[in-house]
Amino acid sequence: MSNKGVIALYVLPSLLLLLSIVYIPIVLTGYYGLNKWDGISPMSFIGFDNYKTLVQDQAFWQSAYHSLLLAVFSAISLIGYLAIALVLSGKIKGANLLRKIYLIPMLLSSVAIAQLWIKIYHPSNGVLNTFLNSIGISDPPSWLADPKVVLFSLFVPIVWQYAGFYILIYYAGLKNIPETLTEAARIDGANSWQIAMRIKLPLVTEIIKVTVVLSVVGSLKYFDLIYVMTDGGPNGASEVMASYMYHKAFRSFDFGYGSAIGFFLLLICLLATYLIRKATATKDTVQFH
Amino acid sequence: MFKKMTVSGLLLALSILIVLSGCGGAKGADETGNTGSSSGGSGSDRVTLKMMHLWPAGSSAQQNKLVTQIIDQYQKDHPNVTIKTEIMDNEQYKNKLKVLSASNELPDVGITWAAGFLEPYVKGNLFAPLDDILGGAQLKDKFVPGTAEAYAINGKTYALPIELNITPIYYNKDLFAKHNLQIPTTYEQFKQVVKTLSEAGVEPIALGNKDRWTGSLWYMYLADRIAGSDTLKKAMDGSGSFEDPTLIRAASEVQSLVDMNAFNKGFNGLSNDEGKSEFMNGKAAMYLMGTWEIPNFTTNPDIPQEFKDKVGFFKFPTVDGGKGSGDSWVGGPGVGLFVAENSKVKEEAKKFVEYFVAKWGEQSVKDAGVIPATKVDTANMKLPQMYVDLLGELNKASNITLFADVQLKPDAAQTHLDMIQALFGKAVTPEEFAKKHQAAVQAGK
Repeated sequence: MSNKGVIALYVLPSLLLLLSIVYIPIVLTGYYGLNKWDGISPMSFIGFDNYKTLVQDQAFWQSAYHSLLLAVFSAISLIGYLAIALVLSGKIKGANLLRKIYLIPMLLSSVAIAQLWIKIYHPSNGVLNTFLNSIGISDPPSWLADPKVVLFSLFVPIVWQYAGFYILIYYAGLKNIPETLTEAARIDGANSWQIAMRIKLPLVTEIIKVTVVLSVVGSLKYFDLIYVMTDGGPNGASEVMASYMYHKAFRSFDFGYGSAIGFFLLLICLLATYLIRKATATKDTVQFH
Repeated sequence: MFKKMTVSGLLLALSILIVLSGCGGAKGADETGNTGSSSGGSGSDRVTLKMMHLWPAGSSAQQNKLVTQIIDQYQKDHPNVTIKTEIMDNEQYKNKLKVLSASNELPDVGITWAAGFLEPYVKGNLFAPLDDILGGAQLKDKFVPGTAEAYAINGKTYALPIELNITPIYYNKDLFAKHNLQIPTTYEQFKQVVKTLSEAGVEPIALGNKDRWTGSLWYMYLADRIAGSDTLKKAMDGSGSFEDPTLIRAASEVQSLVDMNAFNKGFNGLSNDEGKSEFMNGKAAMYLMGTWEIPNFTTNPDIPQEFKDKVGFFKFPTVDGGKGSGDSWVGGPGVGLFVAENSKVKEEAKKFVEYFVAKWGEQSVKDAGVIPATKVDTANMKLPQMYVDLLGELNKASNITLFADVQLKPDAAQTHLDMIQALFGKAVTPEEFAKKHQAAVQAGK
């Protein structure tokens, strides 16, 4: 295996694949962003005009703010997932079954989830409002139509959708911690809370960092449920960066501007990743091997 | 060592497999996108035409059946032609059309809308002019005046309309009778109807405004009735102004309807289909929608007869002191057929379009119950009463105002649609609404 030629040969297929479906399109997108292009007629080069417009585009910054809110929201919800994973990885009855139940939303396609939650949120016959009516709240909000609540109505299913994924990651990480460590702690007189906070958590910090990056970046470029459930509406109240890009490119026929937004979105995601890695960097990582 | 080699060998094979299957997939997609061109270019014996349309069997059963029927006939008459269809619903269709045009892989025959929607495609030289078949033996003088013209840009016609639609207000006769209501002919009466229904706990109007063009119909009608069709038309093409006081009043009337609880709860978050279901299950009393819904209220076997019997329609009421006549409608040619400019089987495609439009004109009336853009001779046909009545209304229409999102250019159309949602949701004042429109129309894209 020390033969460099062989290594190159083995790496080549994935390299080609990555180049053709990731890196080259990124460069192309950046280039399209420098053009005025309606997607149909020939492009005309306009330099950084699209990017200049973008920086001053209030609608874009509003959508960026929504994306950021979603990122914060999903990062915070990681705490909840971690707590659930901690409980599941302890010796409780039915942990296996529960783990599978939590995983179900992840197995559904986004569109199916969206349809499900559209039904739940239906302003007059939805499960949620029927329930609220029955406990005496006479005028519950129209969850997907009220600009003040629509964003949070969308966050709930998004968080719900990914719960199983993160719980699974944490669960796997926690299960990897050798029994001997926890047993030793227990013999030393540590209770479950102390074991969780002092032994288990430090040992999964690396995993936590990865999930924070995953959830923040995932949220920044989030698109699917929002597209199906509200399409960014009403009047942009639930528009996020990705849906704004889509609307500009495909609805307003401005592929140049859409590409600029896409490229900008990539930069924002890279920046976010860098900042998070920087903020959470530690010199000494705890390891049990 | 040997084992290790085997494992890495297998991994390599797997990675190659993934790459190859990736390429294979792409090639497959390319083939379906271009079937017409690849197989048709070689000669005249075997031709494959690719057609894309937007009537899925589920939501537009009658139209879907009709298309299949026409294609079957055509293939029987022309044994050397195979027609492949790809079907999506409305929104997906519009998106796919844009994606395909960006990569210049349009199907040989497809569906387009008129005016502002059509313009970028024509500018991009993607659609072939169809004037030769428009003036040809089969279709000469067959179209209702004004329909084919909506697809003309710079004197050339780029698509042939197959539908013609106007938008009546459908109403539930049972609910009206139960609350002693008459069909309103003036806007004051209409408001009274809304008030009575709302106080009785019935949803007066079904609306799904997530799709936005649905709410646009209400604004367009009020604008038409209050400001008159000329003022509206001029505001739309940029020679007039949306800040005309009468147009601002139309926008504020929309908000006063919202204040009266005229529309079902949460309409801004519901799609047109969800809004429609409020009407279809008898919870809402009225529904403003195009004549493409007629089959659902007459011939569609999937809808219970007792509901179909309950549905009637009336014209949008006139406003006292307004400039618009009660015989003016919002509507226009719905969709038309285009032939792709780069199609390698353009002549065959044109022949098919000619055939399709002619057959659609004959059969859509009888079989699907939709109104074609070609002239209809109803003399020897047994047609549902609602269809006959609406056709009668269409024939005496004084004016047809084209749907706003079709009439405006793409970017302005998006502003219009967003503003409609904001107006209905009371997120903007009528003045801001007018101002944004004016700015968008002036920007001219």
